Amino acid sequence: MFFQETVSQAPQFFGLVPWIVFFPVIGLLFNIAFGGMILKRSPAGEKIVGWVASIASGLTFVVSVLLLVSLLGHPEGMVVPLAEWIKIGSFSANWSFQVDTLSVVMMLVVSIVGTLIHIYSIGYMHEDVRHNGDPGRYGRFFVFMNLFIVSMMILVSADNYLMLFVGWEGVGLCSYLLIGFWYDKGEDGIGNAVAGKKAMITTRIGDVGMLLALFAMFWAFGSLDFNTIFAKAPQVAAASPVIILLITLFMLVAVTGKSAQIPLYVWLPDAMAGPTPVSALIHAATMVTAGVYLVARSADLYILEPQAQFMVTLVGSATALFAATIAVGQFDIKKVLAYSTVSQLGFMVAAVGMGAFVAGMFHLVTHAFFKGLLFLSAGSVIQGVERGAHHIEHDPKLKKQSKSLGPDFDPQDMRNMGGLRSRMKVTFWVYLIGAISLSGLPPLAGFWSKDEILAEANKLYIWAYVLLAIAAIFTAFYMTRQVLMVFFGKPRSAAAEHAQESPPVMTIPLMILAGLTVLGGLINLPEFHTLEHWMEHTLGQAIHKAEFVMLVAALSTVLALLAIVAGWWFYNPRRYEAFWAEPAAKRPDDPLRRLIGPLFELWKNKYWIDELYWAAILNPYIALSRFLADVVDWRFWHDWFHDQALFGGFNRLTGLLAGRIDLGIIDGIANGLGTLAQRVAAVLRSVQTGFVRNYALSIFLGVVIILGYLLLR
Amino acid sequence: MIGDIMTSLWAILPVIVLALWACVLLLVDLWLPKDQQGSQQGESNSPITPLLAALGMLTSAAIVIARIGQPTMGFGGMMMADGFSHFICLLLLASGLVTIGLSHDYMKRLGIARGEYYVLLMFSLSGMMLMSMSADLIMVFLSLELLSIPLYVMAGIATPRPSSEEAALKYFLLGAFASGFLVYGIGLVFGATGSTSLQQIVAVVQSGNYNLALILGGAALIITGLGFKVAIVPFHMWTPDAYQGAPSAVTAFMSVGAKTAGFAALLRVFVLAFPAFSADITPVLWGLAALTMVLGNFAAIAQRNIKRLLAYSSIAHAGYIMMALVPYGQDGLSADSVASALFYLVAYAFTNFAAWAVVIALEQAGEKGLELQDYAGLGRKHPALAAVMAVAMLSFTGVPPTLGFVGKFYLFRTVLEGGHVGLALIGVLTSLVSAFYYLRVIVVMYMQEGEPEARREPWLQAMAYGSAIGVVALSIFSAPLLFLASQAVLKLF
Repeated sequence: MFFQETVSQAPQFFGLVPWIVFFPVIGLLFNIAFGGMILKRSPAGEKIVGWVASIASGLTFVVSVLLLVSLLGHPEGMVVPLAEWIKIGSFSANWSFQVDTLSVVMMLVVSIVGTLIHIYSIGYMHEDVRHNGDPGRYGRFFVFMNLFIVSMMILVSADNYLMLFVGWEGVGLCSYLLIGFWYDKGEDGIGNAVAGKKAMITTRIGDVGMLLALFAMFWAFGSLDFNTIFAKAPQVAAASPVIILLITLFMLVAVTGKSAQIPLYVWLPDAMAGPTPVSALIHAATMVTAGVYLVARSADLYILEPQAQFMVTLVGSATALFAATIAVGQFDIKKVLAYSTVSQLGFMVAAVGMGAFVAGMFHLVTHAFFKGLLFLSAGSVIQGVERGAHHIEHDPKLKKQSKSLGPDFDPQDMRNMGGLRSRMKVTFWVYLIGAISLSGLPPLAGFWSKDEILAEANKLYIWAYVLLAIAAIFTAFYMTRQVLMVFFGKPRSAAAEHAQESPPVMTIPLMILAGLTVLGGLINLPEFHTLEHWMEHTLGQAIHKAEFVMLVAALSTVLALLAIVAGWWFYNPRRYEAFWAEPAAKRPDDPLRRLIGPLFELWKNKYWIDELYWAAILNPYIALSRFLADVVDWRFWHDWFHDQALFGGFNRLTGLLAGRIDLGIIDGIANGLGTLAQRVAAVLRSVQTGFVRNYALSIFLGVVIILGYLLLR
Repeated sequence: MIGDIMTSLWAILPVIVLALWACVLLLVDLWLPKDQQGSQQGESNSPITPLLAALGMLTSAAIVIARIGQPTMGFGGMMMADGFSHFICLLLLASGLVTIGLSHDYMKRLGIARGEYYVLLMFSLSGMMLMSMSADLIMVFLSLELLSIPLYVMAGIATPRPSSEEAALKYFLLGAFASGFLVYGIGLVFGATGSTSLQQIVAVVQSGNYNLALILGGAALIITGLGFKVAIVPFHMWTPDAYQGAPSAVTAFMSVGAKTAGFAALLRVFVLAFPAFSADITPVLWGLAALTMVLGNFAAIAQRNIKRLLAYSSIAHAGYIMMALVPYGQDGLSADSVASALFYLVAYAFTNFAAWAVVIALEQAGEKGLELQDYAGLGRKHPALAAVMAVAMLSFTGVPPTLGFVGKFYLFRTVLEGGHVGLALIGVLTSLVSAFYYLRVIVVMYMQEGEPEARREPWLQAMAYGSAIGVVALSIFSAPLLFLASQAVLKLF
């Protein structure tokens, strides 16, 4: 507390807040304008392009820190207006920046993790563009990355839901662009593009929920500004609680899309098609946590509606367990981490659902550190193996000795790894730190934040506690499995045998992130609750005090240790090597299969959820579109209804009139007119306007229906 | 007396200038040098005629701008030059200017550059402008014919190409048919109220001395006649054929100009004359809007030809604009209704011209280069054109930060304020459906390999980039545009 008093006279930097958006905009404009030229002309071009983008991102971190300093003196924050965007009648939506303790926490996380990943990418993309054979795309990557920082900053700094939605869609766009970054690669040459499309469309379903929430909020409150809505919320809730329930549930739909929760999580594992820094930044540390931020930001709405809170908790804790089980059955190093991310997002969503907004945000922060670290290290591992493969290809002696790796060699498959501990020392140690933190062992950051969630669950919803605790056991198990398969034992492929450590530009960001992973727990240690006091200024009444329950902490530590022991038992180097030495025909793909074969099959195939969605939703939807276009509009409406029913019926009617009345009464005149009509028809047919009459009948029919409705109503 | 006549002429001065200019241009064109080597006789390659036509439009626009803020009424209440008509006229004149830019090189390339084309364009424009000022049903009909007949000829200007002739003939026959409904509708309204003047219709309705069935029937037939022009379902069947067959530059003009004029007339007639019957008419408009959005969007999914795709897209967008009309008679909503319709018309015009400019750039002789597949690889080979198309497609879909998003936002807001939640839902869901085929264009351009050929013609490129920049810039600075649109209120003098 004394710290706050000493800086209460601190200068204010709130006015600087627009620069969190402007700096990366400048960076990306620079790289759009000059990036291509620099890359072509200068031998150090890649460094220039990469560092410009990294510095642009780093400057947002500086601004975020200045905002933090300002908030220490004025914790109530302020809204900094920039421009009037939309004004119509009583409604207005402005581009203003909400600077408060919640948004600044997000800004800090986004900017620090973002900057480290930008720097890491300088080294990573240098090899990646060569590996994929198109160095010209180097600049584009950094443009997209800066664009992502822009969108994410707009999202977290918005002072109204409409502007938040702009950022929300912007990060979705960047995600799409970066998943499909190597859009001409992947399965059948379109695998990555398909993954991008899947992410785009799946999250759009969630966005419909967001739009409906926006409509409902506008209808109920007449405004989309945070402050107005939160101020009016209690009285609206008193008048009609249903509308608050609708808003919060629609938002939940949006959360399931963006934060990859059941039932819309399916896009996130496929999103691993993007380059690994993208997986770390967008699909682990920042964008996917936007849903958690949305719920935390809307805390004032959620606390009014226990049913919605219940639903959010249910979705989150179910996802946490569900995804954790799938992670056990994966062999791709990034897929394990992807399902782990889905699972950890489930922890956060469950936390904010229970009303433990601080615990959720706390886990968001620590997860950003350790999962970003894990993904980046995984990228380092993959490139290390690729370097090994490359080394073999270019050394004729080695090439002869070792079996050819072949085009099917998968550098991401953990079965092709092993023994990397001695070959990539730095990567191993930072990976280990990340894994221990994720497994929830004290005193690393992951332990403190996960424990706070478990303690809250234990207090509020005991079933959620059970689900989350089981998920935590699985977490420790699959991380042990992964670390053992990747780093321990003997190498299981020639590429792993010759794997090489990554350059310092990649390992230094890893070490910094590892440091953050070790120390991250400090921001909200029990007894001190720094983050909680900090958030109180924004969330106010929505906060309930976290408690540290020794029993819960001890139990989860013991469970995690047991899971690690179980993992060691199955995958310890001796046993796994013996397993691996068995003849390939007799041996299943994983030792676990000997014990729980069908269950492992279920996890490996992700419960066949993708196949279920195709069969139950996508195929019927495509069939419906085809049906409406081909059958309803064309065959029914055009061919049958117009041509046959209407035109044919009309023809028969006129035939009747012509035959009985015309022929009989005014035969002579009719003959003349008939010939004329035939000639005209012949002329018309010769210019292929045979369908005009049908078109006219359509108009006629429309008139008949409208008149019929109006007059007979 | 003389003063009356002067005021009347003053009221329609922009139209008079445009029409007279067109007559003079017709004569001037005779003396301009012609290219005798051209594939057709009388082909004109000089840019003098289009430049003169553009000058005429600019003059007319200058007069309109000079008169903003001075509403005038002329010819005993038959014509109203007010904020509404000024807004529409400026949009129409801008569309005319863009059309000239799109046409000049294109017509030369197709070997159908004729001076009278620009004259016809100006005549049609004067009809459209007149329509936006009409405050009498007879004037609505007359200006409809004045705008339509030159359009029929323009659709067939690529004669002897059969598809162009077919398009012209189909458009003409069905147009004549639909006009018949309009006249009959006007007749019914006259029979019910004894007048065709909007002012007097309102007066009669207020006195209560009219026949309800006749006036409702009349309103329905007027919807039919004008609904044909703006291509709403089920009066839309001509649209894909006519849009595909007509030369692309003409189609671009047709889809923006005719729609703008048609909606101007619908708005003026219904908001001014029939607000008292909104309880009866709103369900009809609701149904037409919903049907149009659903059918237009779903049918577009099946299209592979870009011109047919844009035709169905234009049908779908007629449905969206129609949404604005639905709450036209509710208390205090008519201003929002008009403003959101006008705003969306601007958004549609910019987006549409951007898309058509790209279509024109890619079109090859003999109607080649118009299949969706011909766009494969455009993103790599002509990144700027592909970017223009991508902006247009995103704006059509309604993705922020494009103008289409802002436009849809206002439309949905108007409809929601009118309490038509179901219609707004249909609008949102059909927008989602539309993403399917709009995004497919982007996918084909950027993610498939191909060797598309595109023209680099200065006028055309200026129009393409200008429209695309307009789509993005206006969405960011949408507030002034919306302010203008909301000033364009409709009221009786």
